[in-house]
This record gives sequence, C-alpha cells and structure tokens, in this order.
Amino acid sequence: MTQANTPLEYRSQQHQMNIFGFWVFLGAEIVLFSTLFASYFVLEHNTAGGPAGQDIFILKDVLIETFLLLTSSFTAGLAIHSMRSMQKRNLIIWTIVTLLLGAGFLYMEINEFIHYVHEGASIQTSGFTAAFFTLLGTHGAHVTFGIFWISLLLVQIARRGITEKTASKFFIASLYWHFLDVVWIFIFTFVYLKGMM
Amino acid sequence: MSLDKLLVTGDPLILFSQIAIGLTMVGLVALITYLKRWKWLWNEWFTTVDHKKIGIMYIISGVLMFFRGGVDGLLMKAQTSRPDMEFLDAQHYDEIFTTHGVIMILFMAMPMLIGIMNVVVPLQIGARDVAFPKLNALSFWLFFAGAMLFNLSFVVGGSPDAGWTSYFPLAGKEFTPGVGNNYYAIALQIAGIGTLATGINFVVTITKMRAPGLKWMRLPIFTWSTFVTSIIIVAAFPILTVALAYMSLDRLFGTHFFTVAAGGDPMLWLNLFWLWGHPEVYIVVLPAFGMFSEIIATFARKNLFGYKSMVFAVVGIAFLSMLVWVHHFYTMGNSAAVNSIFSLTTMMIAIPTGVKIFNWLFTLRKGRIEFTNPMLWSLAFIPCFTIGGVTGVMLAMAAADYQYHNTMFLVAHFHYVLIPGVVFAVFAAVYYWWPKMFGFKLNEKIGKWHFWLFVIGFNFTFMPMFFVGLDGMSRRMYTYSESTGWGAWLGFSAIGSLVMAAGFAAFCYNIYWSFRYAERNVGNDPWNARTLEWATASPAPHYNFAKVPEVDSLDDFWYKKKAGKLGLKKSDIKPIHMPSNSWTPIFISVAFGIVGFFLVFEWFTLAIISSVLIIIGLIANTFDYDDGYHIPAEEVEEEEREWRGELE
Ligand code: HEM
Ligand SMILES: [Cu+2]
Repeated sequence: MTQANTPLEYRSQQHQMNIFGFWVFLGAEIVLFSTLFASYFVLEHNTAGGPAGQDIFILKDVLIETFLLLTSSFTAGLAIHSMRSMQKRNLIIWTIVTLLLGAGFLYMEINEFIHYVHEGASIQTSGFTAAFFTLLGTHGAHVTFGIFWISLLLVQIARRGITEKTASKFFIASLYWHFLDVVWIFIFTFVYLKGMM
Repeated sequence: MSLDKLLVTGDPLILFSQIAIGLTMVGLVALITYLKRWKWLWNEWFTTVDHKKIGIMYIISGVLMFFRGGVDGLLMKAQTSRPDMEFLDAQHYDEIFTTHGVIMILFMAMPMLIGIMNVVVPLQIGARDVAFPKLNALSFWLFFAGAMLFNLSFVVGGSPDAGWTSYFPLAGKEFTPGVGNNYYAIALQIAGIGTLATGINFVVTITKMRAPGLKWMRLPIFTWSTFVTSIIIVAAFPILTVALAYMSLDRLFGTHFFTVAAGGDPMLWLNLFWLWGHPEVYIVVLPAFGMFSEIIATFARKNLFGYKSMVFAVVGIAFLSMLVWVHHFYTMGNSAAVNSIFSLTTMMIAIPTGVKIFNWLFTLRKGRIEFTNPMLWSLAFIPCFTIGGVTGVMLAMAAADYQYHNTMFLVAHFHYVLIPGVVFAVFAAVYYWWPKMFGFKLNEKIGKWHFWLFVIGFNFTFMPMFFVGLDGMSRRMYTYSESTGWGAWLGFSAIGSLVMAAGFAAFCYNIYWSFRYAERNVGNDPWNARTLEWATASPAPHYNFAKVPEVDSLDDFWYKKKAGKLGLKKSDIKPIHMPSNSWTPIFISVAFGIVGFFLVFEWFTLAIISSVLIIIGLIANTFDYDDGYHIPAEEVEEEEREWRGELE
C-alpha cells in the first residue's frame, strides 16, 4: 500500500478512513452552518427597534479580519506543503504563523463584538442580534477550538516528527482550518456586505 | 438553592420513585462490590471499544428506557381509562406525555436500533470493527449521559412538560420557568452529539470497510438501510443541534430566537424541529425495514424479492423524508400553495413504501415459511404497519388534516407506525440476532406468549384511539367528561395497554429463563441464514473473523454454505490487529453529563469549572498514540478450533 507518490497522510488504510471520516464530519458542519445562515436570514430584519446591521457594521474591521483569516489559510497550505516535503522546521514555522493570524482574527472579532455591545446591540437585544451573534460566535468558537487543537498537534509534531500518524492528524486539522475560511467568506458576503448595502 | 426546589417533593408517586431509585442504586453498588465485579465492569464494558459489546450496552439501555417509557404510557392510559379520573393532575400528565415521547423516540428507539446496527453491521460486511472504535464508545457514552441526565429530571428539579416537540412560545422561559425544559434542551444535545458521531462512523465503516468483493449491490439490505440511515443522521442531526442551542440560549441567556417579543419567531422553532424531526422518524424506521427484510428472506427460505427495488426504495424514502416537514403544521397559517406542495411530497413517500410492502409479500409468496419468533414479528408488522401507513396518507391531505390535526387519531396513527415499525422490528431482531450476541436462542415458547400478548394488546390499545380521535378527542387531553361517550373506548384501550405490558413482562422473563436454562452451543448458524454475520462463531469472537471473507455474490454465505466452501485453513490464520480499550470516552461523557447538569440549573460558574474535565479528556485523547495490539495466530486458531473442529 505504501507507494512512494502517495502523500504520507494517506498511506495506511486507517488514516485514509480518518480523512474520509473527517470529510463526512465536514458535511455535517455544512448542514450546521447552513442552518445557522438560514435562521439568520429569517431573523435578519427582526430588529425590534434595536440596531440593524448597517447601523453597527464597520467595513474596515471586517476587511482586516477577512484578510487575516484568508492569509492564515494560505500559510496553512504552506505548512502542509512543508509537511509533504518533510521539512519539519518549516512546517512548525508556517503553523505558528497560521496560529498567530488566527489569534489576530479572534482579537479583532472580540473587539468588534465589544463595540457592538457598546452600541446597544447585545445578544439579547433582538431576533436579529441573537442570530447574528450565534452565527458569528459559532464560527469564532470553531476558530478558537482550531487554535488549541493545532497547538496540541504542533507539540506532537515537535516531539514525534513527521510520521504517517502525525501527518494525517495535521492534514485533517488543515482541512478544518480551510473549511472555517470558506464559512467566513459566506459570512463576509451574506452577513456583512449584504447587511451594509 | 433550597433542597425542596432541587428535589421534586410532595407527590407520593415521585417520592416512591425517589426511594426506589435510591435503593436500587445503593443495592447495585453493594452487589457489584460484594461480587468484586468493578474491575471486570471497567475492563470488559466501561472502557471497551468492541462494537459487539457497545451494541449490547445500547440494547440494554434501550430495554431499560422502554420500561420507563412504557410505565409512562401505562400511567397515561390509567388516567384516561375512565371519565373524570383523578389519578394524575394536568401538570403531571403534561410531564408524563413529554418524557414518554422523548424517551421512546430518542432513548428507546434510537439506542435499540443503533445497538443492533453495532452488533450486526460490521459482521455483515466482514469487518473487524467499525471504522472508529473509540469514537463508537464515545457515541454510546454520550447517549448514555444524555439519557441519564434526562431521566434525572423526574426526581431532581422537575420534568419537562411542553411535549416532545416542545413548541415555542410554550417551551420558553416565560411560560415554563422551571428547569424541566432546560433538561430537554441539554440532555438531547448531549445525546444528539453521540448520535451524529455514530452516523459518521457508519457512513465510513460501510463505505470503506466492506470485505473484498462485497460490492454495493451485494450488500445485505440491513447494511444498506443502516448506510442510508447514517446519511440521514449526518444530514439531519446538525439541525437539531442548532435548534437546541437556540433553545438553550433563549432559556438560559435570555436571547430572542423563538419568543414572541423582541423579534423572535416561534415558527422558526417549528421549522427547525421538524426539519430534523421528520427525517428522525425515518431514521428509526428504515433500519427496521432492513431487519424485516433479512428475517423474511431467511425464514421464507428465498432470496429477497426485488433486491434492487428495495435499495432504491430506501434511498427514495430517505430523499423524500427531507422534503415533507411542513405536514406537521398545516394548520399554522401556511399558504394554500405551501400546504399543497407538502401534501404532495408527503403522499409520494407512500410509493416507495408500497414497493417495499409488495416486495415482502412477494418474498413470502411460495416460500417455505417457518413461523419462528423473529418471523412472527415480521409477519405481524406488515398489516399493522399498513394501517399506520394508510392513516398517514389520510393525515397527509392538508384539507382533511384540519379535522384530524392534534387529535387522538394522530396519536393512534403514529403509534401504528412506530410500534410495528420500531418495536416489533427490535423484538424480531433481538430474537434473531440473540444467538450471535450470546451463543444461545431465546425460548420460543415464552416468545410466543410475548408475541401474542403484545400484538393483541397493541391493537386493543391503539385501535380505539382512531375512533375517539375522529370523534374529536384532542391529543394530550388529560381528562374528559362522561357525556363525551369516550369512556368505553378508552377503558378498553387501557386494558389493552395492560395486555401489552404483560407481553413485555413475558419478554423480560424470557431473557431471564433463557440465560439460566436455554440450550447452549446452538452452532454458528442456528437459523440457517443467508448473510455473512453467520459465517463466524456464535457468540462472535472478539476479532469477528479469523480470516476476512471474500464475497462473490449477493447472499454469498448462503451459496458457499450450500457448496460446502466455508472451511478455514490453518495457513490462513495470521495474527490479528485489535484496538485497545480506552478510558477517555466514558470520562469525557461523564464530564459532559456533569457540565450539562450544572447548565440545567444555570449554575454557570460550576459549569465552567467542570468543563475543564472535558478539556482534559480531549487533550488526553489527542495525545493517545496507542496503536492497539495483536492477537497471536495460535490464540485465534485455538478459538476457531473450538467451534469448527480440527482445521485443515
Ligand atoms: C408501550 C406502549 C405505549 C403506550 C401505552 C403509549 C401511550 C401513549 C399515550 C397515551 C400518549 C399520549 C397521547 C396524548 O395524550 O397526546 C402517547 C404519546 C406519544 N407516544 Fe406513546 N405509547 C406507547 C409506545 C410508544 C412508542 C414505542 C413510541 C415511539 C417509538 C411512542 C411515542 C410517542 C410519542 C412521540 C408521543 C407524543 C408525546 C407528546 O405528545 O409530546 N409511544 N403514547
Ligand atoms: Cu413527518
């Protein structure tokens, strides 16, 4: 089963299954986020006298968040590239860069939320804010989880090096990270851009 | 918080249960300690990752929950057995139909079916285990933690009382301020995560772990229905996750998803709930269809009529099941166009279902039918389920539904679907696969008592409900006056439920009797069956198959058995790789249960502190590099020789 041109993470049957299983999990995640989006569209205009999207969104901050997260997906790709060419050091470096960008994104997002609360839009304000904060919060919680998860994997890579097992774990985490990026693009388009129009 | 707010007090029925639960717990702990069985329990069961043992634990939990849900059912029947009865008050009745519904669907039907899938599917596809054995254990323990948390509501804090559908605004804080509906939101969430993981696990297992040559169109029909069911789980359970998360936020943190005030939308809950809820009823009924198909083919001694059309029917039903959810609320102000569309999609489900019924009938036609217990349940299923199906089509007509909606007619309908479609199937499956799990058969004669009492009791219980329903008795009505004239019907129905309970008691007695006295060593294939799970020893060895089988056709085992080609050569036996036990699944799940409990009572600090336990579990899990162990070839050989005799 071990052909030289099969990527490391796909070499054993168990690891192939792990990766396939993760794709199925991402299918469930797509349903989860679709439900959150659909509910958001239902409640979007139910502001109950509170602020609406265009009253509070700040394009500049959102653009910075978008930039941070998209870049982090790119550096995550570089990390996988280093992994496939067995360059442990580069892998670690690119991963740390990815994590820092992710943390930057979170920092911006938390500030954004604090700002909204100051503007009188807390999660309890209206149907709209409930759906908005829950959608964004779920994404943000995923990013947070991803940062911890990938940090733990980094420890394992540092200790054990790039093996079939660490590689497959790492590859799965990178799928997760890219997925969060894709979700963000939808948030950016259908929550922020649409809301500011 | 004061004790009398924490514990439910004042009701003699509940006080009695509290004492009973307390004594049972103490008794159990004492018994296990006395027998010195803790270590054994921990090593053999609590930390196991073996799909067969996990399956058995699911089934045991399911039987216990069936008992609990059944007692709820009997209590309700007792309350409505006569006009103006004063056995339960309105509040208590509300709590009981709510817990009954939730427990029956989520904590009885689901674990029973998932338990049987766990035992059977890996064996049917010639696999050593499921794709992710540790995740499988986690699924079970999460389900179990959720179920225990939910049951706790009965004695600690108070039960949910807004129905198993928990419609808003009734289920909101404003109208149900107690903790009961917090239990609903959080216990279902925990169990639901476990179910989602099971779905993913089985999609991967069936896609990737089939024995060589077991092509899709050679897959046993039960495995097919498990596969399709798992896909529905993956597609539907995240919707429940979101709906319950919103519910928790509304109840615990004062958000406005579903309230009438501040821009919330109660209809959003209805849509989300039924977007999950309708597929859910197919999640519980499709595996049952698969079980009946296996059993009918085995005991008619014929191959299944129209195998391919069966597969297409399952896939078709699964697809349609996602498109019909609005039929649960035709009367809540949709436009005529919306109602018509959903009426049509709903009725379309009757087509593939009809295909299945006819396939079963054609399989029976000219078969050499053996009336074993599993077969009896399957035969009884067909007419009973057809009644459920036909009344379902009646409900599907939007215009007519304005008459039937939320009456006892509906309650009779869904029990005519769920009891034959799930409970009969589970009984059939338990009798059928019992030897695979334990190495002996359940007693056929006691089984017949079980069968006749239950089936007759079932029809007597639910048939009258159609009539009182058509006569206008609404659902969830806890009492009624003499002048309605329903007293006779409902009294009759209550007696029917006692007969059904006697049937269940016969089942329990059968298990007890068979464990003690049934003949052992019934061989690996006691029913002369058709599918691969019977190719290995009964009970199946830890490693399932000494040599992974190769499959050349549908019903391959049957043909190879006929041709005498099932032998095993000594040289074929190699050391077998097995996954190790793990403590993390049970640890993480208990942690989830604890955090869930604190959330129910809105003790957020404690919840946050205890969620550290979950994190510890997850960290321990990711650092776990245990790659399992190997069973040496000699040990496998020894075990195979025990049932096969000398090997070539
Ligand atoms: C064992 C015998 C059973 C009896 C005697 C029984 C009886 C009842 C009764 C009297 C109700 C209340 C009807 C009402 O007032 O609205 C009810 C509701 C219900 N039952 Fe059963 N039932 C039984 C088995 C089952 C099974 C096996 C299932 C599912 C697999 C089930 C699912 C439900 C559901 C979902 C409800 C609705 C609960 C609600 O209104 O929220 N029942 N049952
Ligand atoms: Cu439905």
